[in-house]
Parts: sequence; C-alpha cells; structure tokens
Amino acid sequence: MAVPTIVRERTPQIIVLAVILALNAIISPGFFSIEIQNDRLYGSLIDVLNRGAPVTLLAIGMTLVIATKGIDLSVGAVMAIVGAVAASLITSGYSLPATLAGALFVGLACGLWNGALVALLDIQPIIATLILMVAGRGIAQLITEGVILTFNDKPELIFVGSGSFLSLPMPVIIWIFVAILAILVVRRSALGLLIEAIGVNRRASTLSGVNSRVILLAVYAVSGLCAATAGVIAAADIKGADANNAGLWLEMDAILAVVIGGTSLLGGRFSLVGSLMGAMIIQSLNTGILLAGFPPEFNLIIKAAIILIILIVQSPASQAAMANFRASRQTVAIKTESREHAAR
Amino acid sequence: MANAQPLLSVRGVSKAFLGVSALENVDFTLKAGEVHALLGENGAGKSTLIKIITGAYRRDEGEVLLEGTPIFPRDVVDAQKLGIGTVYQEVNLLTNLTVAENLFLGRQPKRFGLTDVREMNRRSRAILDTYGLNIDVTAPLANFSVAIQQVVAIARAVDISGKVLVLDEPTASLDAHEVEMLFAVVRQLRERGMGIIFISHFLDQVYDIADTITVLRNGRLIDTVPVAGLDRLKLVSMMLGRQLEADVKRTIDPNTAKAEPLVSLRGLGKRGNIDPLDLDIRQGEVVGIAGLLGSGRTETAQLVFGIERADSGTISVAGTPVNMSSPRKAISHGFAFCPEDRKTDGIVGDLSVRENIIFALQAQRGWMRPLSRSEQEALADRYIAALDIRTSDREKPIKFLSGGNQQKVLLARWLATNPRFLILDEPTRGIDVGAHAEIIRLIIDLCERGMALLVISSELGELVGYSSRIIVLRDRKMVSELTGDEISTEHIMKAIASHGATGEAA
Repeated sequence: MAVPTIVRERTPQIIVLAVILALNAIISPGFFSIEIQNDRLYGSLIDVLNRGAPVTLLAIGMTLVIATKGIDLSVGAVMAIVGAVAASLITSGYSLPATLAGALFVGLACGLWNGALVALLDIQPIIATLILMVAGRGIAQLITEGVILTFNDKPELIFVGSGSFLSLPMPVIIWIFVAILAILVVRRSALGLLIEAIGVNRRASTLSGVNSRVILLAVYAVSGLCAATAGVIAAADIKGADANNAGLWLEMDAILAVVIGGTSLLGGRFSLVGSLMGAMIIQSLNTGILLAGFPPEFNLIIKAAIILIILIVQSPASQAAMANFRASRQTVAIKTESREHAAR
Repeated sequence: MANAQPLLSVRGVSKAFLGVSALENVDFTLKAGEVHALLGENGAGKSTLIKIITGAYRRDEGEVLLEGTPIFPRDVVDAQKLGIGTVYQEVNLLTNLTVAENLFLGRQPKRFGLTDVREMNRRSRAILDTYGLNIDVTAPLANFSVAIQQVVAIARAVDISGKVLVLDEPTASLDAHEVEMLFAVVRQLRERGMGIIFISHFLDQVYDIADTITVLRNGRLIDTVPVAGLDRLKLVSMMLGRQLEADVKRTIDPNTAKAEPLVSLRGLGKRGNIDPLDLDIRQGEVVGIAGLLGSGRTETAQLVFGIERADSGTISVAGTPVNMSSPRKAISHGFAFCPEDRKTDGIVGDLSVRENIIFALQAQRGWMRPLSRSEQEALADRYIAALDIRTSDREKPIKFLSGGNQQKVLLARWLATNPRFLILDEPTRGIDVGAHAEIIRLIIDLCERGMALLVISSELGELVGYSSRIIVLRDRKMVSELTGDEISTEHIMKAIASHGATGEAA
C-alpha cells in the first residue's frame, strides 16, 4: 500500500520503460547481463545509460524551459558550438579545467542570449530559439574552420567521454550528478513553484511579485549549460568536434523525452524524474532497434511508431476514456451495493 | 397575450452526477412575454437546470414541455431548432468575423452555392434595425463594445430560436449604461411575446427587469414569486436560507481622518489612462473609487501598484517619495493588489489552493528562502479556516473552486504577506451572495484593524456601506471626492452624471 508518491505519479513511464526493456531482452537475450572488465561495468543496460547521456542532459534543461511554457530548439546547435569551442581550446594547448570552463561559459552565454530574447524582448520562445538553432551550426563551423577538429592526443578530454569512475562510464556519472543537482535545487528551493507558476500564468505571477524575467533568463541559461555539458560529452566521445552532426536533431529527442515524461508543452507542472525516464525510454528504443538488427531505414519509422503509441496512451482523450471507464465501474459497484442493501 | 398554456414547463426534473444529486424534483414555468429570473448561490442548481433545458445535459427524471409538447433535446443545436436559444456571459461569437457573418454563421444565405454577402448584409441590417442598433454590419465584431456584441449574440439566438431565450449572466462585464441598453432589448423581446430566462448575481438588475423570480437552493426549488412587492431581505434569505443582517453604513472614527496619510498620490497620472490626481489614504481608512467602466478606475490602481508606469506625479509611502516601477517594488512597500480579472491576473489555475495562498509571500521571500511544507500547510489551513474557503482539500487546483472561493484565496494570498495597504479591484464581482457578504465583512474588519484600503467597485450600495471616503472618476478624471454625510449612492450618481454624461456606449 505504501507506494512512494514518485512511483505512483510516474506509473505510465515505469510501465513503458519496463515493457521496452523486456522487449529488448527478448530480442537480445543477454540484454540484462552486466559484467566487470578492467574495473568498469559493461553490458547493454550500461550502454543505454551511457549513450543516453546527451539526451538526458538536454531533457533536464528542456523540462525547466517547457515548464515556463517555452521551448528551446537551439540545444542541438549549442552542443555543436560548445563541442567546437572545447576542441579548439584543448588543441590550442589550454588545460582541461580551462577548456571545460570555456565550454560551459559559451553554453551559458548561448542560454542567456535565448533568455534575453524571450524574457526581455518578449519574442515567442519557438522563434527566439530557432534563431540560434539555425545560426549555431554556422558558428560552430566558423570555430572549427570547416573541418572536423580532432583531439586524439588529448586523453584528459577524451576521458570525459569514454573514461570511467566508480566503475561507471563518465557520461553516466555526469548526467546523474547534474540530474541530482537540478532536482535538489529546484525542489528544495522555491524555484520549482515559481517556474510552474510562470508557466501557468505569467501575468498573475508577475503581479504577485515574482521576478518573472529573471527566472525566465535563468531557465534558458540552465538549458544552455545542460546543452554545453552534453556537447562536451559528445565531442569527447568521438574525440573531435563535428560542427555538422554533433547533436543533430537531439533537440527533438529532448522535447520528446520531456513530453513522454509527463510534462505538458502548455507549461506548468513538470517532473524532472519523468523527463529522465523519458530520455531512458528513448535511448532503450534506440538501443533495442540497433540490437534487433533491423535495416537502418526502418529505425526512424519504428521509433516514431512506438512514440506515437506512447503519446496516444497518454493523450487527454484516452485518459478521459480511462477515467470514464473507471467511474462507470464505480457507479455500477455503488448501484449493486445499494441494491444489496435494499434487498436486505 | 395572456395565454393559459405556459411557454415552457419543467416538471419534477431531477439530475444526479455519479450518485450526487444536483437537481431534485424541480418545477419551473415560463410564460410567454415574461422575464423570469433564476436565482441561487453557486451550486444551487441554476446551471444544471439551464443545461437540461438547453440540451447540454439529459435529465434523469421528470419532463420538459415546450408549448405543451414534451421535448427531449439531444444537444444545444437541437434545442435551438426547437426554439430555445442561449447567450452566455462570455460572448460565444467569432470576433474576427463581421457582424453579419456572426449573425448568419452556419446558415448563410446562398446564391449559386456561394454565400450571398449582399443579401446577408441586407438581412443583418434589417434584424439589427429591429433592436434599434444601427451599426456597420460589415465591420469585424471585435470593433464593437461587449454590450453590442451581446446584443448581436441575442439577435442571433432570437433569429434562430425565437421562443425561449436564456441569458446566463449577460451583464457581468457591462457598465451601467450598457446594461440599460441590453435591458431595452430584453424588454422589447418581452413585448414580442418571447419567454426570457435571466440569470444574474446583481439583485438590482433582477428587480429592474424581471417579472417573476424562481429561487433554487441546494438543487431544490425554494419558491417562485412575482417580483412586484417582493422584499429584498426576504429574497436574500430565500437564497441563503438564513437571515442576512440589513446593510448599514459604517460609523467612521473621526480621528482617522486626522492621521498622517500612509499613501499619498500627488499629480499622479498617465496620458491616455488617467489624468493627474491627488489622493491621500490613511491607516484604518477605506477609500472607495466609483465610476463607470473605462472611467480610469483600474488604471489608477495599476499606477499605484506599479503595473503601469506613471508619466507624471509622485507616490509617497509614509511621507517618503518612492519609485513605483514594478509590482515587486510595490509589494516591498507593503502594498497588495487583488485584480478585477481573477482568471488572467489573479489565480494560478493549475496550482493548488495551498500554493496559491503562499504564492505572494514566497515570491517576496525569493526562491532561495522557501517556506517549508509544514509552514505552507499551516498558512493555508489558517486562511482556509479564517476566510471560510470552501474546498474539499487544500491540494485541490484552484481552478476547480467557485468564483467566490477563488477570490477568498486571492485575498488570503495577500493577507499572508501582512500588507499595510490593500487595493481591491471589484472584489465582489461575479461571486455568490454568501461569499459576497463575507468579503464585505472582511474589508470592514481589516480596516478596523488599521489597514489602509483602496476599493474599486461598481456596486455603489456596497461602496457606500464600507467607504470612509469615495472618489468618483469620470472620463479618466477625478470629478469628485465625497466625505462624511455626502457619501451616498445618490451623490455618486450625481457626480458621475454631473458634467453631462456623454460618450459611454460603443
């Protein structure tokens, strides 16, 4: 009976994740096996956690932005910019801390740019962030000067993408750390409440004394920082910065992860845990499709079809139908009960 | 005209939702050529009855007869075809289309399979002429005032249906002149022999327009009585099921008028919003603002609370001039503001009653200093009890509460910040009689405990009841300040009318 609230609220996501993992296990029997080699965990499950790192990180920032009734389309492009910045800093001889600081700073600046357009100039978020989405890859190409900037000889940066700590791959450590930090900051402070309030009714929030502009700026800045972290991981993983392909379409995966996680695009109530599960659902799908060995041209179609099923199950129409079904069963129960009473 | 057979007759109708009874064995009879007011507190069953008559709900028991024939409207469109039309508080028309298109939407006159625009406009002009409305029917509906939009909505409903017209709080967003204009139309329809069901929270208007009143309470019929000779207190006690103390003018402590003002406005104004005005508000004083809609009442409040920036004049708090650049600034000086439009400016709909109550206090403390869950719950419970907020649960989203209870939550939100100066814009608009009386009692109580209040209201009787002073605005100017014995509905009306009241409607 004592089901924790978090489990009760996220039941649909837990069920979907379990079903997809189970399907993966059927397709590839060794899916759940995990082994330790060279002090590091290996296995398909670990692979899901590891490969899912960029989308998970993007989803954390995206959740906060969407909760304010916004959207950030630029995160994929910001990943490309930050990857390029990190690669060019490290190849220019800067130390790892300086490189990481520079990369995060650029991500923060991108986020503040978006936030300024939305919060100060009142431009619609979808258009405001579209600007950087379009321009971002161009900026990244300018930084890399049109080539794929590799850093095969920089093990310290490569470690961020493929090293391990406490037997876990670094990307997993990083996203779990960022996620816990984000959840603590948002839920232990009043930030979560204020973000949700702005998403539900920005005008009423401002009239009640909420500093809506500052909070909007902050959520886009956080989204930029999350995208920067994802960008460094993606670059470190392939040991180079690819301005054209780094983070390509990942903004869409991040938005999907948030929606599957139960946060509405209309803003308001949000769940970071839900978004993390959404990201894991998407990555499990990706991994499962790869393991199944479908011809690559089917991958996107299968992914789209499964996501469609998830969204149909979550849609207000089917939720209402479910509620009706439950209610009608209840009334039937009440009626039979009262009839039994009458019979007595 | 005196037809023996009633136009619409409801007999023994009951309706329950999931086993909870909303309407029990209710009778209701509407005669042709009658305006019949349907009254009751929120939850009394008014809307359920209306929805059964207009086909939005199906009755569980009983019958509805239209001109003696039992009817079973499947939906609203079906009811319209039978002759029952409805106009709601929020105009359900498309404001981007022209007046004529709105009148004929879905039934446009056709010529060679295409809409015959000329014919449609001609017929629209003819229809509106009968209401004495001479407007450009080819202009978008949005160009006209809400009152004219209401008349267009009525014209459409009457043209389609033509027997029974249901007006569900049609006057809630109209000022006095617009109400008069609407009532002229209603009277005309009554002459034509239509039966009109009128729902309103404004008792004055009910007395003004209705012939008969039916009162519902808790889903049951209390009584149906003619308006002529009906005592107001009796009517209110029928609605509430208890006696309401008679409205008296508050006795004002003469010493408060000598105290130093807490808030002083000097030449405060904004071009196109409100002309510069001077005003002092002292602790323990309620200053009322009277005036028609659009006279600059809300605009004044918005300048004082920093929502709009003034382009002239100063605001001083306790003698010190302050820069009122944002609501945050105003709140930091101990100001609070309950806006007129609860839905867009007040409540945060998806958040719970608890979160809405602690909201302004939390915003004031900043995000770094959260109120703990137990502090939040204690605050919420305290105000739910103190203001008698009716909610099944403090975690219920506020959007599911009735208007009166939402208003009380907003009051609680501000009282939790312990303000020195409280601005209320139409605090009793669109809320039921019970909550209405409680809010007025609260205003008086806060004032007696030393708070300074600025209250805007269209209900003049109410303003007269609790204000220490009343300023009257007209055409974005302060035209009068009433004190002491001058405070009366009559004086306010005179002040509003004094300089030749022109340019109100449309």
